Amino acid sequence: MSASASTSLPDVQRQQAERLRRAETIRLIERAVFIALLIGCTILFFAPFVWLVSASLKVRAEVFNNELIPDPVAWENYVNVWQAAPVLAWLKNSVVVGFLAAIAVTASCAAIAFGFSYFRFPGRDALFGFVLATMMLPGAVTMVPVFLIWNGLGMVNTQVPLWAGNLFGSAFYIFLIRQFYLSLPRELFEAARVDGATFFQIWRHIALPLTRTALIVVFIFEFKASWTDLIKPLIYLYDNRLFTLPRGLKALLDQFGQGGEMQWEIVLAASVIVTVPMIVIFFLGQRYFMEGIATSGLKG
Amino acid sequence: MSQLWQVVRLKGRTTPLQRKEMLAGLAFISPWIVGFFIFTAGPMVASLGLAFTDYDVLNPPKFVGLQNFQALTTDPRLGLSLGNSIFYAVLHVPLALTVALALALLLNRVGKAAGFFRTAFYLPSITPAVAVGTLWLWILNPRIGLINRGLALLGIAGPGWTTDPNWIKPGIVLMSLWSVGGTVILYLAALRNVPPELYEAARIDGANSWQQFRRVTIPMISGTIFFTLVVNTIASLQIFTEVYTMYFGNMNSGAASSAGLFYNIYLFRQAFEFLHMGYASAMAWLLFIIILILTVIQLRTSRRWVYYEGG
Repeated sequence: MSASASTSLPDVQRQQAERLRRAETIRLIERAVFIALLIGCTILFFAPFVWLVSASLKVRAEVFNNELIPDPVAWENYVNVWQAAPVLAWLKNSVVVGFLAAIAVTASCAAIAFGFSYFRFPGRDALFGFVLATMMLPGAVTMVPVFLIWNGLGMVNTQVPLWAGNLFGSAFYIFLIRQFYLSLPRELFEAARVDGATFFQIWRHIALPLTRTALIVVFIFEFKASWTDLIKPLIYLYDNRLFTLPRGLKALLDQFGQGGEMQWEIVLAASVIVTVPMIVIFFLGQRYFMEGIATSGLKG
Repeated sequence: MSQLWQVVRLKGRTTPLQRKEMLAGLAFISPWIVGFFIFTAGPMVASLGLAFTDYDVLNPPKFVGLQNFQALTTDPRLGLSLGNSIFYAVLHVPLALTVALALALLLNRVGKAAGFFRTAFYLPSITPAVAVGTLWLWILNPRIGLINRGLALLGIAGPGWTTDPNWIKPGIVLMSLWSVGGTVILYLAALRNVPPELYEAARIDGANSWQQFRRVTIPMISGTIFFTLVVNTIASLQIFTEVYTMYFGNMNSGAASSAGLFYNIYLFRQAFEFLHMGYASAMAWLLFIIILILTVIQLRTSRRWVYYEGG
């Protein structure tokens, strides 16, 4: 902007200083609004957790008093919940099923994805398109017949249907691991081929170690999916002692919550018990969570 | 499938080395092929077949022709549940994408502490859905819940989020917004991939912040927006666990048993509570067709607004 001829030099300087000050003020206000928004949103997202933990530590009469700090602190809720239900068995079931589901899907998808990335044969990419297409299929379409299969095998009311299907891979994870394989230079494998390695050895000793990150991502994602799943346990488990934690929590909610005996402190303590392991795993594997989400958004 | 034939026909023309590579590749893929037939293709055919039968698992299926499909058009609960799910999707999808983008834009401006805030927004997404439902039953409670307490501080009398049929679905949408963390992280990754030179060039051309957002940010992340649009639409039409936890099961949930009856909940009840496996299968196929049509429409219209680099 050019100063007009009529304004003197000091005037121009004053105007410039004024403009700078104003810009500075606007920046400060912007910054303050930004920080206020950020903190406000963070509080909104955290509040339900704080409420949950706090309420789970209150005595029954005060569960819903909305005080931040429980007074008195009812640690006994966490004792009572173990006595009210076989929570320890549920916890063990969730861990076992989660591990089996995660290991099965990681191993199978690591092999399948290798088949779709290293080997070149006609029809491969069309077949891979098929794999991706199955992701669109609503679970409801196969839910009933798959139940009938497990029912026919006499596996209903066992935990097998909760993880055994994972032995055959899962489209999303195949896609995810394939993305990682494709980033490996092909010469790496060819060199091993020249040295006389079999396809299996190439996969086992070169591809797998180099894609450890992807495998951990898949393991963690599937463990989380299994840990939080309610539908399969609802369909397949009838026996209280076979329940996983989410199914158990639902049973507790039905028994002690809504329309039940109204012992909400027990239900809320159980909610904390279901949630805490996920949060611990998240903090241990944060890097992998972020990597997995970012990769899943890539266009294939 | 014609591709498979190609595989077979090519067998004769390929060198032994190529054939070896193909067989090894198929061996690696074989678990998926087996699983595809047992757990996807087979059940799809079976489900389509069951849709024409009356089947309660205990007695052999009885062929009833188009009866289940006719029932789809006359069953008032089906219309209700489909309407509920569409209502939810129409409210949830735009809101979730907008909120997630807004949060991602906020996070994108945070410097060193981004990790902390990213975690704060993501934690609800890893909370088991049953716990989310249990917790939000109380967050949404009209009398003592956090939301209406907060509104009361502002002098607003909050609605009956869990009791008023008109407010039950909006309450569920609120709950769903708590779990947008995954989408936030996707957007954040996309935002960080936008080349800074583009903003610089826009600034030199005199674009203000809004213009930069509208003309640079949005087109550059439109691929991610499209991906989240498709995924969120498909997922929102299949909402189940949180709402089933809150309003269904042993308890009598009053108003919510109608206003909160989503398609997949109704389908689940038909199949595993009333043992109407044939009707449930017909329902599943109707859902599949609806999702298929919606996705095709989204794919078609995406060409007009999604920008692909080099495409």
